[in-house]
Order: sequence, then structure tokens, then C-alpha cells
Amino acid sequence: MTLQDARVTQAWDVLSTVLDPEVPALSVRDLGIVRDVLIDEQGMEIILTPTYSGCPATEVIEQDVLAAIAAAGLGAARVTLRRAPAWTTDWITEVGKRKLFDYGIAPPGPVLDGGAVPMRFMARQAPVERLICPQCKSQNTERLSAFGATACKALYRCLACKEPFEHFKPI
Amino acid sequence: MTASIQIQRTPDVQYLLRLGDTCLILGQRLAEWCGHGPVLEEDIALTNMALDLVGQARALLTHAGQLAGATSADKLNEDQLAFLRDERDFFNVTMVELPGGPKDSDFAFTVLRNAMVATLLKLLWVRLIDSKDSELAGIAGKAVKEARYHQQHAADWVVRLGDGTPESRRRMEAALANLWRYSEEWFVVDAVDEHAHATGFGPRWADLRTEWTAEMGAILEDATLTAPPASLFRSQGKYGQHSEHMGFILATMQSLQRSFPGGVW
Repeated sequence: MTLQDARVTQAWDVLSTVLDPEVPALSVRDLGIVRDVLIDEQGMEIILTPTYSGCPATEVIEQDVLAAIAAAGLGAARVTLRRAPAWTTDWITEVGKRKLFDYGIAPPGPVLDGGAVPMRFMARQAPVERLICPQCKSQNTERLSAFGATACKALYRCLACKEPFEHFKPI
Repeated sequence: MTASIQIQRTPDVQYLLRLGDTCLILGQRLAEWCGHGPVLEEDIALTNMALDLVGQARALLTHAGQLAGATSADKLNEDQLAFLRDERDFFNVTMVELPGGPKDSDFAFTVLRNAMVATLLKLLWVRLIDSKDSELAGIAGKAVKEARYHQQHAADWVVRLGDGTPESRRRMEAALANLWRYSEEWFVVDAVDEHAHATGFGPRWADLRTEWTAEMGAILEDATLTAPPASLFRSQGKYGQHSEHMGFILATMQSLQRSFPGGVW
């Protein structure tokens, strides 16, 4: 392994410790937004793909990533935002989805072919699929609000344990 | 006060700004609902959609500013474009600047406009994924997912209010009678659209009319509403000629940057 490879491996390890400021259960790697780590003459380049167009966490994540790389003594680094291909919740790792559930957020299901959104907001028929409550594991749950406290989440409640919970929307 | 900036009116820059300004001004209008939504969930929904729209506008204005700079040597950034342009240099469609906030109008007007505009934007983004301009294609790949969500949400409200109580139906019918004619402007072809079409930059908006009418027709049918007949009225927002409401929205949006030039968070 070259010295450069070792720096890249170390950088990936460091990125596992940088948490999403809005969903601190997940690292930026769990979230699937770190697309690549490269090294050239100017130093290290970390390529991130933003989640939502207007997500205010994007800039905080950039700063946190650079601070963590600097703190690890990995030299000059910069962040490049790459929009295409667009981020999808399918890029959240299986470990990440489990961490979400344990944290109390129902993880996203797979994004359907053609990019269709599998949620109806005020459908006249009852939804086919029901989310599992992260607190009591009941399937007796319902949606309260299509939009939640952050761009990426919707609000649900459990009719068994009566607790509200958040759902990471598949997108 | 900071002096206004001038922009290069190339076809590509105008095409981007029609789309970017439409996102920006609708985002500004939706943000007016913050703290005033009819129920908490809708307050959150409207501001979430505003956030997505302003995010899309940021990417589009940033790109437009780079293209404007390629020919004029001095590039413009997103803030200069949003806060230092005068009214005549904004190219958003007129519909999005109409007052529809909590003080001016009612929720039916807001959700119907959202459904109409989100349907248009979704159809545009779907085509723009194949743009020859790779930056624009990248923005579209992200934005299309958001626009689908917005369309779905707004359409469900149109159905609920249209096929709802006599009062909600009366309001939705009034909103439809008011708003429908403002969609005519979108589908008028001009040199900007023809250039985008010829170069593979993006679709002529007019080419989306059939699909737009079909999708809106399905929503209205579900809502037991009927689309008004075609109108000869043509608003002119995408050419920079705006309604009397545009100056007020810019005054609100730009006052901070005009009073404290270059101020940042």
C-alpha cells in the first residue's frame, strides 16, 4: 500500500465519525453522500452529493468534514459537490438503516422503479404498506404529516403505543 | 443602496432564469405562510416546499451566473442575481408572483397554484435530465424527485377541497377561475425556447402543454372540477414584464442586501 492509499483509507475512517447534524445517528458514510476521496497535487478532494436541493445541513456537513480531516492531520483538503447522479435513499447503507430504526426513525423502503413516490398524502384508500413503529414494533401506524422537521422526513404515529415517530422518506 | 446589476440576455441565461426565478419567487411566496398555515402540518409542508424551491433556484442562478460570465468576463453569483437585479431582469412566469399568502388570499389559491406550477416543473425537470448541459441535467436529476412530491401533495389538496364542503368548493372554483388563464403564458413559443430546443439545452415549454393539460385534467376530474375554457389573456412575466405585485415582493426580498451590501450570514 502506498502512502497515498493509506491517507485515503484513513480519510474514509475519519468520515465514518462525521455525523449528519440533523440526524446524528448516521455518519455521512452511512447516509451515502460521500461519493469519492481523491488525492492530487493540491491535496485531498472529498466528493459529496447533497441530499435535498435546499437542505441547510449541506454547508454544515462540508465544514464538519473539513474540520475532521484537518483534526486527523491528513493535510490540505477540499470538498467538491457532485449533483449527478442524484442522491437517493437507496444509498443509505443497511447499517445506516438499522441505526435509523434504533434511533427512532422509520427507515426508507426501496425507491420504486421510475422514481415514483410510493406515498399518498390524503389517499381515499388506506395505504397498502404500513410502517413498523421504531418504539414498540407495532404495524398499527398512520401518517400524521407528509412533511416533517427536516426536508428528508415525514411524521407518523403509532396507534398501539400512542407515540409519534419520524419516517425518512424514500426519494 | 447598492446599484443594480445588468445581465447578459443570452438565450441560455434567459432560459435558466425563467426556471430559476420561477422557483425563487414561488419559494418566497410559500415562505410567507411560515407561522400562518391553516394547520401545523401544512405550515411545515409549505415551508418545506419553499426550502426545496429556493434550493433549486440557488443551483439554477449559480449556473446562470457562470454562463453570463463566460461571455462578459465578470461572472455573477447567486446572491447578486437574486438580490441586485431589477424587476425587468426577472423572468419568472407571472403566476408565481401573484399574492397568495395568508393575508392576501386563501389556502385554496395557494394549493391550486402549487399543483399547476409543480406539474409544469415536474414535466420540465423530467426532460431536462437529458439536457446537453451536464450541470443543468444534474440539477434536474435531483429536483425532479422533489417536484413529484410537491405535485402529489398539492394535487391531493385540490381534490380534498374541490370535492369537499360547499365552502371549500366555492373557494377552489374561485381560485381556478382566477389562476387558469395565467398558464397560457407558459406555452407561448419564442426565440429563447427555440434556441434551447435546437441546441439540446432544454425543451420548448410549449411541447409540454399536452401532458400538462392531461395531468391537470386528471387532478381536476378527481376533484369534480372543470377547467375553465382557454383564454386569450397572455401575461408577460417570462419576458420581464410583471404584474404590479412583483415590485413589492422584490422590495421585501432584496431590502436587506440593498441596505447592507455584501452582508453574509
